[in-house]
Amino acid sequence: MNIEKEVLDILQDLTGEDLSERMDEDIFANGLMDSMASVQMLLNLQEKFAIDVPVSEFDRNEWNTPSKIVSKVENSKNE
Amino acid sequence: MNFNFINLQPYTNPQYFVYLMIGLVPIIIGLYHGHRLKIYEVAFSLVFLFLIFDGDKWQQGVNLIIYLLFQLLVSYWYLHYRQNGKNKTWVFYLAVVLAILPLVLVKFQIAFPKAPIPGVLAFLGISYITFKTVQVIMEIRDGAIKELDLSTYLRFLLFFPTFSSGPIDRYRRFAKECNVAPKRDQYLADLEIATRNLFQGFLYKFVLGWFFGTYWLPKISKAALIAGAANGGLKFSWWLVAYMYCYSMYLFFDFAGYSLFAVSISNFMGIHTPVNFNKPFISQNIKEFWNRWHMTLSFWFRDYIYMRFTFFAMKKKLFKNPIRLSQAAYLLLFLTMGFWHGLTWYYIVYGLFHAIAIIINDCWLRYKKKHKEQIPSNKFTKWLAIFVTFNIVCFSFLIFSGFLSELWFGWK
Repeated sequence: MNIEKEVLDILQDLTGEDLSERMDEDIFANGLMDSMASVQMLLNLQEKFAIDVPVSEFDRNEWNTPSKIVSKVENSKNE
Repeated sequence: MNFNFINLQPYTNPQYFVYLMIGLVPIIIGLYHGHRLKIYEVAFSLVFLFLIFDGDKWQQGVNLIIYLLFQLLVSYWYLHYRQNGKNKTWVFYLAVVLAILPLVLVKFQIAFPKAPIPGVLAFLGISYITFKTVQVIMEIRDGAIKELDLSTYLRFLLFFPTFSSGPIDRYRRFAKECNVAPKRDQYLADLEIATRNLFQGFLYKFVLGWFFGTYWLPKISKAALIAGAANGGLKFSWWLVAYMYCYSMYLFFDFAGYSLFAVSISNFMGIHTPVNFNKPFISQNIKEFWNRWHMTLSFWFRDYIYMRFTFFAMKKKLFKNPIRLSQAAYLLLFLTMGFWHGLTWYYIVYGLFHAIAIIINDCWLRYKKKHKEQIPSNKFTKWLAIFVTFNIVCFSFLIFSGFLSELWFGWK
């Protein structure tokens, strides 16, 4: 399973935009994501990758670009 | 003259800073040399806390101590429960209810002073300690906090610079910093920022805040009451408009000034307390405004109410439509914020007003996204957005000020 592609699919569902060329863009600063979309993303990630990310572990500064989200998923899958 | 007691409320006058600075000297020298003088820091915090509750406020101090013991009991009971691997939802709710119970009682006490609740007495800082303990319980529930070092926890709850009105720090962030000394380069950079923040705080609180709040506001208030009585009906007048802007400026400079002091003194102590304000009046919409105004409070509500509620509701599929869910969550968040400010109509209406404003804002953002090509976006629209947001915000502060209550009903 290609984690990056799956994450980008989830983000595309939420933001309506293909972010594959914008991996390091701050998706909160540009208004693509908000708290509601974050919660939806966490639940989708949970469903897709069977990883458990509680809201407490969601620090915006650590999840604010597509690349960071991908590495977060990779790290939690390796735990 | 009465020399029996000294009572000092935090950051209320320039002289206070002289005492603070004297007290800070050993801490600064220690940190500069890479040592954190923990015992001295605790003594420093306790002395200044003692001065808040000294003299005629001693009963508040006693209540603070009882309240703290109660909060420790709740936190450690729940931590112990979770450490045993148990995780029932009702136990979590019980822990949260117990943690906010004293604050709820105090709010009732303030709203209905004629019906005293035995043993309940408001004291400075109760709201902000409650934000911290509730946060800790929620993170224990999530398994994000697995250990609670008693001395670190107490220092977190009683950290003097932010004790009275925030900014609200996070336990895990604070715990990482409070047992080590920052690197010298980092500390020197912090000192520079701390000094600048301190002087900006003086300018905000003691100059601008004073002009708007102490010098102009009472005059405008009098004029607005007289003009209102003369006009009759809803008692509107241009003086009321002046009051709205003047009060808004006062509120910002007074509270942003206080927050700068709190962040500055924290930095002197090698603690990076999060900032509370980030140029709120350049916000282009209400959503952005709440990311810039009283940030640690709005982020607290975002993380511990809005996100938790939406996460829970979505998991349980309580709402079919995520847009409806987010609207319900906004109502929950801002109404809670309103009630937290106090059980008075204008605080609750203030909360409701912001909930409706942010719901409309979200609708507009969705519409804008769909019709990207048709809607112009340029320098003019940007300034228009800032202008509209600023005025909506100022109007909400007029509600918040309670002045309408005074104007219409003669009480505040």
